[in-house]
Amino acid sequence: MILKSIALSIVISMMFISPLKVTASEQASGEGESFNPGTLIMHHIQDDYIWHFWDGHYGTLYLPVILYSDDRGLEVFSSSNFYNEDHELVPYNGYEIDHGKIHRVDSEVKVWDFSITKNVAFLFLTMAVMLIVFISVARGYKKRPGKSPKGIQSLFEPIIIFIRDEIVKKGIGEKKYEKYLPYMLTLFFFIWFGNLLGLLPGAANLTGNIAVTMTLAVGTFLLTNFSGNKHYWNHIFNTPGVPYPIRYTVIIVVEFLGIFTKPISLMIRLFVAITAGHIVILSIIGLTFIFQSAAVGIGATILTIFINLIELLVATIQAYVFTLFSSMYIGMAVEEHDDH
Amino acid sequence: MDLLLPGVGLIFWQALGFIILLILLGKFAWSPILNALKIRENSIDEALEAAEKAKEDMAKLKAENDKLLDEARLERDKILKDAKEASNKMIEEAKEDASKTAEKMIADAKASIESEKKAALKEVKNQVAELSLEIAEKVIKNQLSDDSKQKALVDQYVKDINLN
Repeated sequence: MILKSIALSIVISMMFISPLKVTASEQASGEGESFNPGTLIMHHIQDDYIWHFWDGHYGTLYLPVILYSDDRGLEVFSSSNFYNEDHELVPYNGYEIDHGKIHRVDSEVKVWDFSITKNVAFLFLTMAVMLIVFISVARGYKKRPGKSPKGIQSLFEPIIIFIRDEIVKKGIGEKKYEKYLPYMLTLFFFIWFGNLLGLLPGAANLTGNIAVTMTLAVGTFLLTNFSGNKHYWNHIFNTPGVPYPIRYTVIIVVEFLGIFTKPISLMIRLFVAITAGHIVILSIIGLTFIFQSAAVGIGATILTIFINLIELLVATIQAYVFTLFSSMYIGMAVEEHDDH
Repeated sequence: MDLLLPGVGLIFWQALGFIILLILLGKFAWSPILNALKIRENSIDEALEAAEKAKEDMAKLKAENDKLLDEARLERDKILKDAKEASNKMIEEAKEDASKTAEKMIADAKASIESEKKAALKEVKNQVAELSLEIAEKVIKNQLSDDSKQKALVDQYVKDINLN
């Protein structure tokens, strides 16, 4: 089961990585005034200070910019200040947006950027959706205690039970799983909801952003290492069953790096799978505009629907895999070794 | 490449958001949901166990009932048998009594008949004696009707006395 899902995620990731190269080459050759799919795609998958829905006066949501610099302190203003009437970037108040980041125009002073960007706004939206959904699920249990689930309760109860019994209980073990269950449930549903909401048109690429996947991976990293018992650390710094010369030269380095490679793999896997999925869908849609052909448009639409269905699957699989591996890493750290 | 460089702002908001989400969901969603699930699973287990126990109890009760019924049946048979025996005995006794009474009555009857017979015989004897006396009187009266015969008798008696 575990191997199967790993293999599946690798295969799916590979599928998404190969078109990435095509996009890259298209970007290189497709310079010009007409249509640049590369710019469009990168614009979509990256963060932004505005939330652009459609062209026109009301199609853009200007999000708040929050900056902190040592000499000027905290500054909060609307990102609309960076745009003129023709929707072109202009400097404002000594700041300018360059390559999607805010810098000082004249000086090299470090600017801390805590702006409510498109991804942050989308994060709040995801949080709000999750809170509404799960608090109403919980209300179902409070309203009808001891009864069989009903409505939204029946949709999420099997998933919650699956995460509890099949992922967390098996990964961490019967004795200690309960402590980590709220984290794992939040993790799974955050990734899943983020992935699914991210597939909606106009949505941000939240769970495909490296900052987000990194934060999630750091969460698992901290939990793993703060939960680690003496067997876990002994296994890393004094690996049993290995001859001493190798143990204290090669193995100790490998094991020590292993502490970091595990969360890094979590971070990269989710980032790549989701970002690549977005790139593929946008590339296929972009083909229509490159070829300016209705036939390609029909083909691209069918293919996009197909890829979207796969994306629904990937959204679930990635949430599952992230939670599964997080459970397994924590499970390894808290495992009791009675045999040696 | 910008895509691979995590933004500090987003890390900050993501960490803050996730922690807030974890706390709020943990308090208002996961803890009631997981508790309710645990309670429900326990109650289902208990209900199943109770049903199993009830089934066992029923079987036990039925076995007990059957046993009681069997015992009752045996008891009834025994009572019937005893009753029959008692009635038979009573009939026997009654019969015996009756025959004894009859015998006694017969014996009594016989005895009284005997005594009656004796009394009758006595009566007859008495009458015979009286009759005999009367006859003897009449005979004597006849014989002593003339003086010669009386003289002769007296003479005889005188003679007898002389002899003595």
